[in-house]
Amino acid sequence: MRIETHPILGKRGRKRRVVIEFDGEMIEAEEGEPIAAALMAVGISVFYYTKKNGDPRGLFCAIGRCSDCSMIVDGIPNTRTCVTPVRAGMKIETQHGIGEWKLNQ
Amino acid sequence: MSAAIAAAKSGVEAVVLDENERPGGQLFKQIHKFFGSREHGAGTRGMDIGRQLLEDAEKFKVEVWSNAVVWGIFGGPQLGINYQQKVSKLEAKKVLLATGAYENSLAFAGWTLPGVMGAGAAQTMINIHRVLPGRRVLMVGAGNVGLIIAYQILQAGAQVLAVVEALPYIGGYGVHASKLRKCGVPILTNHTIKEAVGEDRVERAVVAEVDSNLKIKAGTEKSLDVDTIHMAVGLTPMAELAWLAGCQFSHIPELGGQVPLHDEDMLTTVDGIYVAGDLTGIEEAHTATEEGKLAGIAVSESLGYLGNQEALLLKQEVRADLKALRKGPFGEKRRKAKAKIIEERKSICRGP
Repeated sequence: MRIETHPILGKRGRKRRVVIEFDGEMIEAEEGEPIAAALMAVGISVFYYTKKNGDPRGLFCAIGRCSDCSMIVDGIPNTRTCVTPVRAGMKIETQHGIGEWKLNQ
Repeated sequence: MSAAIAAAKSGVEAVVLDENERPGGQLFKQIHKFFGSREHGAGTRGMDIGRQLLEDAEKFKVEVWSNAVVWGIFGGPQLGINYQQKVSKLEAKKVLLATGAYENSLAFAGWTLPGVMGAGAAQTMINIHRVLPGRRVLMVGAGNVGLIIAYQILQAGAQVLAVVEALPYIGGYGVHASKLRKCGVPILTNHTIKEAVGEDRVERAVVAEVDSNLKIKAGTEKSLDVDTIHMAVGLTPMAELAWLAGCQFSHIPELGGQVPLHDEDMLTTVDGIYVAGDLTGIEEAHTATEEGKLAGIAVSESLGYLGNQEALLLKQEVRADLKALRKGPFGEKRRKAKAKIIEERKSICRGP
């Protein structure tokens, strides 16, 4: 849910669009915004599932402190998506547990 | 930023290190108008003050290193930093720590569900990134942060079903509470959140009345149809670097808990380390920038870029401003608490 118009901030400016991949689906994002914002904009709220009980976790502090927003980004797990900007072609996956490192082939 | 600008004005080489994409801390999220007197920028929005600081930094040739993480602080002072994909140490003659604060959280059943987040987190998403965390919100906490952000959520186009406050009174300014009431948002004092219910995210919240011991009164539970819960339950100074540096602290609840001690020049108990802003006690933007300015002037004097007389005049001006900012019924508590810091600092002998 993007905020199109705002009484103080005005109309949302047109930023360059980039396409990123989330769990196999293509999503449109705005260049430079944090991954968490791009996912939130299309209604995705679960970012990872805990190792012990498989409980869902999502954005919590939005300032890079709590790591509840951790996801696998371009193969690297435990990436804090609230402080990592999107790039065209980025591959984002829901993380399960502590994640595993996928080595480059 | 204001410390670096003040120091740079005197000819000191000043570098600002910030782990974010751009400096300015909380200012860019603050789209509301600040209160106070005209000379303190009353009627100005935080985001405009932020812009002004960035302009001044450029004007006075302050170097700004963004996306720079300071992970350590050593004797010297020396900083351990991560910058531009490199780990390195940075030596400085003086260091100012202005690391702000972090949000407190409240543990209740279901608090780990997606959709439960800090109020500041919500503010970042709506005012900076322009995305809504949810459509139907419950705000926990009726201090200024809770009230202001609840209003900003309305401005962003979402609904706030209620604000709950465990205390019997609203902690924030009356004018913020009135704005919410005029929009039909109920502020339920003597209430707290009992549980967040949902499968993969918040689907509803259970609130309940509390007694004078803040214990939930059985049978008073009410269910609210919300998809998001924001917690505005206080801030705590983000003091890791001050701890690492070996600064002496004091526990002052009115200021957010453990705060590093400093003297009237914002100097801590460790040589060469200064502090300013929310790190030294939770206040607001103007006191933060004034304290920064004071530290900048003190650093300039200490490095010999300002004569004692000149520095004294400048410092007195800032201290007068700080006194004015801490007037009135809301400011009195903070003024007394800040005075406590300086008192305690005086009673400690400087270490070796």
